[in-house]
Amino acid sequence: MSKAQIFASPDEAVSVVKDGDIVLVGGFGLAGMPFDLIDALIRHGAGDLTIVSNNAGNGDVGLAALLKAGQVRKVLCSFPRQVDSYVFDDLYRRGEIELEVVPQGNLAERMRAAGAGIGAFYCPTGVGTPLAEGKETRTIDGRDYVLEYPIKGDVALISAHIADTMGNLVYRKTARNFGPVMATAATTTVVQVSSIVDAGQIDPEVVVTPSIYVDRVVQVEPRHYTVQGAR
Amino acid sequence: MPLNPDQLAARVAQDIEPGSFVNLGIGQPTKVADHLPAEIGVVLHTENGMLGMGPAGVGDEVDPELTNAGKVPVTELPGAAYFHHADSFAMMRGGHLDVCVLGAFQVSASGDLANWDTGAPGSIPAVGGAMDLAIGAKRVYVMMTLFAKDGSPKLVPTCTYPLTGVGCVSRVYTDHAVFEITPDGVRVIDSFDTSVEELRARLEVPLVVDVH
Repeated sequence: MSKAQIFASPDEAVSVVKDGDIVLVGGFGLAGMPFDLIDALIRHGAGDLTIVSNNAGNGDVGLAALLKAGQVRKVLCSFPRQVDSYVFDDLYRRGEIELEVVPQGNLAERMRAAGAGIGAFYCPTGVGTPLAEGKETRTIDGRDYVLEYPIKGDVALISAHIADTMGNLVYRKTARNFGPVMATAATTTVVQVSSIVDAGQIDPEVVVTPSIYVDRVVQVEPRHYTVQGAR
Repeated sequence: MPLNPDQLAARVAQDIEPGSFVNLGIGQPTKVADHLPAEIGVVLHTENGMLGMGPAGVGDEVDPELTNAGKVPVTELPGAAYFHHADSFAMMRGGHLDVCVLGAFQVSASGDLANWDTGAPGSIPAVGGAMDLAIGAKRVYVMMTLFAKDGSPKLVPTCTYPLTGVGCVSRVYTDHAVFEITPDGVRVIDSFDTSVEELRARLEVPLVVDVH
């Protein structure tokens, strides 16, 4: 389908998620977190999910709320442990959730590979560390590399700033983070935005995610949340 | 007196060339930014997708969509650029950053770095971007106290904590001395309150000292 579908509610937009899906969830901490899509996914109720995201939830909102709802079997992330990751910490310590820790750049590059049709890639990150144990290694031009495989999602849930009616996206500041790469790496990409404009209203030179990667768009109200460490 | 964290940050900053692209790790390394005057044109990278990061955001400047890798609100400087995570880490892994400054639990005599997991029972491992930074920047500077709270040295013959990177550290800036990791051994390039003899007595790592 050449044009993204625009939905009236986050609930309709996330209806594509099925039990057992691998769901890529954008955001770095709370910046770029698709809060409304996650809340809709909680109402939707799909379970046994594998979540791929940088963190494993902050406070009681967003991803943390999804974990608390018991819908997640496994988390792939780079940095679960934070001052306010108590929901994840508790589930992990009780053995109720699986964790795969992935170096942050590998997390991004493995999704990039999935979206770009790369079968696997040799990466210098993690060589000689516990996170490379059991993985194939190879020396190329005198440097050691670890073989890393793509991470492909069934669905990506991301947040962007503005979409046009084609599905082209622009982001805002560091809320961009994993959005563009996750959009490429999932079978179905669902995006929440703060506004939708007519095709042609976004300068083609500044489009960050071209519409080919975007399937479903929903406009949501901007959410105000406090930032840890704000002074 | 050993250097306090601010003095140590200032000492690290002295060794950063004007015009460098620099990533400062979470925690103490962040303080290095306070000692980089604008006129030397150092550009700060934050791995969550920005070059040209400015100081922490205060009051009205706080924007939840503009944070650093520690998820603390920051500001943007003129000439800043935003990019996504895969680009940000390609920048790091591809050797485009001149310097990164990281904290550490331990550094070995051959420049192995341990800074992500103590392996303690019940600890939840979290690596973030540490492994990518450790192998990516042209120069990896570690900033740490030379001794742990129990008095044990953190510059060691071999790391006992799980590694972040192998042979990746260039320099170790500590409250007592600065060490350069070289193929010939660990070279003392500056010391503050402690003689080389005292350092030799307290460290199990052989030290090389230039004769001037």
